[in-house]
Amino acid sequence: MKKYISFFRIRFTNGLQYRTAALSGMVTQFFWGAMEILLFKAFYEAAPEQFPMEFSALATYVWLQQAFLTLYLAWVWENELFQTITTGDVAYELCRPVSLYNMWFARGLAFRLSKASLRCMPVLIFAWFLPAPYGLTLPHDISTWLLTILSMVLGLLFVTAFGMVVYLSAFYTISTQGTKLVISSLSEFLSGAVIPLPFLPPKLGRIFSLLPFASAQNVPFRIFGGDLKGDAIVTSLALQVFWFLMFLMIGRMMERHALKRVVVQGG
Amino acid sequence: MIQVEHINKTFTVYRRNAGFNEAVKALFHRQKEYIHALQDISFTIGDGEMVGYIGPNGAGKSSTIKILSGILTPDSGACSVNDRIPWKDRKSHVKDIGVVFGQRSQLWWDVPILDSYELLSEIYEVPKNQYHQTLEELTDLLNLDQILHTPARQLSLGQRMRCEIAASLLHNPKVLFLDEPTIGLDAVSKLAVRDFIRRQNKLHKTTVLLTTHDMQDIEALADRVLLIGKGRLLLDGSLEDLKLHKPGKHATLDETVAALYRDYRI
Repeated sequence: MKKYISFFRIRFTNGLQYRTAALSGMVTQFFWGAMEILLFKAFYEAAPEQFPMEFSALATYVWLQQAFLTLYLAWVWENELFQTITTGDVAYELCRPVSLYNMWFARGLAFRLSKASLRCMPVLIFAWFLPAPYGLTLPHDISTWLLTILSMVLGLLFVTAFGMVVYLSAFYTISTQGTKLVISSLSEFLSGAVIPLPFLPPKLGRIFSLLPFASAQNVPFRIFGGDLKGDAIVTSLALQVFWFLMFLMIGRMMERHALKRVVVQGG
Repeated sequence: MIQVEHINKTFTVYRRNAGFNEAVKALFHRQKEYIHALQDISFTIGDGEMVGYIGPNGAGKSSTIKILSGILTPDSGACSVNDRIPWKDRKSHVKDIGVVFGQRSQLWWDVPILDSYELLSEIYEVPKNQYHQTLEELTDLLNLDQILHTPARQLSLGQRMRCEIAASLLHNPKVLFLDEPTIGLDAVSKLAVRDFIRRQNKLHKTTVLLTTHDMQDIEALADRVLLIGKGRLLLDGSLEDLKLHKPGKHATLDETVAALYRDYRI
């Protein structure tokens, strides 16, 4: 376990050194969040009774999404890992007395967390100072806070396990461009990164909320804003656990299979 | 002790001629070809031996090293390194071995070398005081003092290679596989690396298997030479045995080896 923590640590500190990227990312997120809320405001004023969420819940959703963008977005790929596999440098990784899956999983978690930890606070503080209902609305009861944190952890675990499946697919295809492109756009839409899932037609939304992609940002941000309540929270958390374990299993199976037939190219 | 018995490994390669028409044809029908990278390879290396593994490009040297280090699984045959089957007991096996792939890098690109070393020492679970002792020794011998605090990306090839070799030895492996460790090094670095490997072998009785195209490496290091060509083991003997193939009285070692390759038609 200790070695995986060290792995986590070096990836985390490594991620902290890209300051300019963090700064420019943050600026983008301020603007993106503000624009998105203004856009939804226009919809809201046109027909408030047709708006499927409370407006304050929506604003909270958008700001959390911007603050924790790098935690949950599928297209936050670690390109180094794809390169390691396609160039054969993975040979060195296989010479280590560690499980490849666990090592990369720790690395994936650290990568996302290091990016997010640099960016989240300024966005959250900014959003907290905005007047209601445009800013961040904090829940009053402690259980909502705890459930949000639990759900955020589950979501992060799921996204990382999901990413592992995509990384490991590089053992089977020579170029991962296509896979990355399809997965990125599909998951962005299905996870509620473009528009929150409640805004989809009800039937479609119900199907989408069962799909794995909905187990990422969709659940914690809606719990925090008060949009998910009671039984819906329990079902969503159970789904998060289910999809995390599912992708963990798929990834581990792929690892085992891939390592049996690995071919290291280029000398 | 390294024991290799009747190892075979085949790779599938898809070939086609150059040009647009051929590329379109290949969309529907790919021509498969099987490359026999290793055919019936057997040898035994005792503890503390230094063995040079030579052969022309594509002979199967790297494939052998990869099998011995547990990365590749052979199609058939048996192999054991210190009584372990490399690809089956991969995790416990790699704890005891060190590998240097001359053409690849194991150092983290953006962080100081020392950070990479600390991570490695924790991955291999090297006790703290032993790690500092080994590091000191390696720093001294490979002259790393100035460069340990520099990120890998800012080092020259020779500096980086010295760091790579040190990285593979932090856990005091009993067996060392070196795949072209002197590639691209200048004369000073080459001598330093050779000197170091020899010393490692003397001091710690490290078993060394090294592949190289630099015959001076072989002359300086190997007591025993294995020659492989087209996947077959052709010669297992001393450097003197190689020199029997000397084409002329004043032929250099490289010319001798070229003559050797000709004699074996590889």
